[in-house]
Amino acid sequence: MSGAPVATHRGSAQPAPGNMESSAQAETIFEARGVNLRFGGVQALTDVSFGIRKGELFSIIGPNGAGKTSMVNCISGRYKPTDGKVYFKGRDVTGMTPNHRASLGIGRTFQNLALFGHMTVLDNIMVGRHHLLKNNFLTGSLYWLTGARKEELAHRREVEEIIDFLEIQHVRKATAGTLSYGLRKRVELARAIALKPDLILLDEPMAGMNLEEKEDMARYIVDLNEEFGMTVVMIEHDMGVVMDISHRVMVLEFGKKIAEGKPEEVLANPRVRRAYLGEDDEEEAAPAANSVRKEVA
Amino acid sequence: MANVSIIPSGDFKTSYGTDTTIFPTRTSRNFAILGVVLLLACPAFMDRYWLSLLIQIGYLGIAALGLNILVGFTGQISIGHSAFFGFGAFASAWLNNRWGVPVALAIPLAGVLTTGVGLIFGVPAARLKGLYLAIATLAAQYILQDFFGRADWFTGGSAGTIAEPLTVFGFAFDTDERYFYVVLVAMVVMYILGTNLMRTRDGRALVAVRDHYLSAEIMGINLTKYRTMSFGISAFYAGIGGALYAHYLQFVSVENFTILFSIQFLGMIIIGGLGSIMGTLMGTAFMVLLPELMQALSKMVSGTAIDVALNLRENIAFLREMSVGIVIILFLVFEPDGLAHRWKQIKAYWKLYPFSH
Repeated sequence: MSGAPVATHRGSAQPAPGNMESSAQAETIFEARGVNLRFGGVQALTDVSFGIRKGELFSIIGPNGAGKTSMVNCISGRYKPTDGKVYFKGRDVTGMTPNHRASLGIGRTFQNLALFGHMTVLDNIMVGRHHLLKNNFLTGSLYWLTGARKEELAHRREVEEIIDFLEIQHVRKATAGTLSYGLRKRVELARAIALKPDLILLDEPMAGMNLEEKEDMARYIVDLNEEFGMTVVMIEHDMGVVMDISHRVMVLEFGKKIAEGKPEEVLANPRVRRAYLGEDDEEEAAPAANSVRKEVA
Repeated sequence: MANVSIIPSGDFKTSYGTDTTIFPTRTSRNFAILGVVLLLACPAFMDRYWLSLLIQIGYLGIAALGLNILVGFTGQISIGHSAFFGFGAFASAWLNNRWGVPVALAIPLAGVLTTGVGLIFGVPAARLKGLYLAIATLAAQYILQDFFGRADWFTGGSAGTIAEPLTVFGFAFDTDERYFYVVLVAMVVMYILGTNLMRTRDGRALVAVRDHYLSAEIMGINLTKYRTMSFGISAFYAGIGGALYAHYLQFVSVENFTILFSIQFLGMIIIGGLGSIMGTLMGTAFMVLLPELMQALSKMVSGTAIDVALNLRENIAFLREMSVGIVIILFLVFEPDGLAHRWKQIKAYWKLYPFSH
């Protein structure tokens, strides 16, 4: 797996080798220490510890039911770990509500679409600005008199930039519930970006998409990471994309962490191959990594 | 495509300001202004009875808007809205009678007091949903109704209480012709406030809570706060509506604020359209004018075989009540999005003609 990355038209999506080296020294933005999560008799996560470095594109992979989404829920605050602690920007956020974490700078998208179906795309994204806006019930009602109008319009401008970035201008006034699946995923990403998070969690951003949509989405994610400087945590099953764009990868199996490291290291790990990637015949073992890539290339 | 708002060609928006106006097009705004101007002229040529109906639409419309913010926009449920309406009525009369607060000030203050009561009853709403919440608000209805009956100091008990007419600089708004303007101004102001609320941060947050509360929380919205506040706002509008009612009739009696009245409020917003501000007004007008329509119908058929068979002369009151129920059922089945939706479709049909579908 030391070979040069497979050349694709998604060339910009390749992390520069120097980039990865520099992120190795970067500070930790998020840390999980010995996280356990139990639902009655079900042990969803067992003693999971890891750190996410600032500016990194970090992927969590693993078989279905491995606890990936549970882990992301522990980061975003939907679940509180039964044991263990989670730290964001050096602060213990274990018992903090999701809305509080959002204002600290954690944004996310959902595996199953979770848009506000009856609102327009524009309003959906404007909801993302919630913790950045100051107007309230009273000042909002008095609109012209309290500066709420000015504030709303200023944020509208920023939201329009996100709309431009994700190329959803043509649907901005459409009701979110009427959009196609791929567009809804994009609107959800836009809404999460509107939060201006430092850490953005993407739960299967490419599930159910065709190749072209996946390529677009991969480009957006890389741009988010490189241009907007957001730290990205991604759950994804498409190994080609994960290995192409991630800086580091963590592998979960039955709620336990079985590997963590650079994509090529993880790919080479026999335990990961056994648990998730699938084992190849003896003679094909060596170029296995490349063959995985070719599937999407 | 009938659901997409249609902008005439050539009407380009060149700033975000012009794209976030209350009315999407200049024509629609002008029509609304024309409507208000026509209403201003009403007392000049309308008889007193029709004026009283319009006044009713005004104060009930304000209270119904509050309920629509709670039920239509936030997705909560309340079957105790008339109790808040009643509280506003008593509070305004009490502030004026007991503390000598001028009526012009007592009306908004009554709204604020009712907000407080609404917030108290809104606390369980933060945790309850659906049927359970409905029962909790039913409790609010009965607790307040009981309070009205017992708190002589506040409501005058079973005797009721007098509410002084609104007087501004010695000018008393004590006739229907005069009071009509008070209600009209209050209604326009409250509807503009409501519209503004729904297009700014907290209004969007309410709708977000309705549509998907889990992702609303992830977006930084405090669910408990917004669910409770929604009750507060709804009570505020009910309080203002109630206070206007009190100073219109100049007498508030304990018996009026029953659960049937609460259901009527629900009927207004269901018929008008849940989650639609204009629809609220349409629904209120519909509910107020429906008995008149029934009256006119019964006059038309009087003396015919139907009249004899149904014994209309004796059963008319009875049939009126029934018609309200039937209309609600018909709307739920055939037009669950209410008059507002129907109106939009009619507009779209007309604008796209002959290419509409």
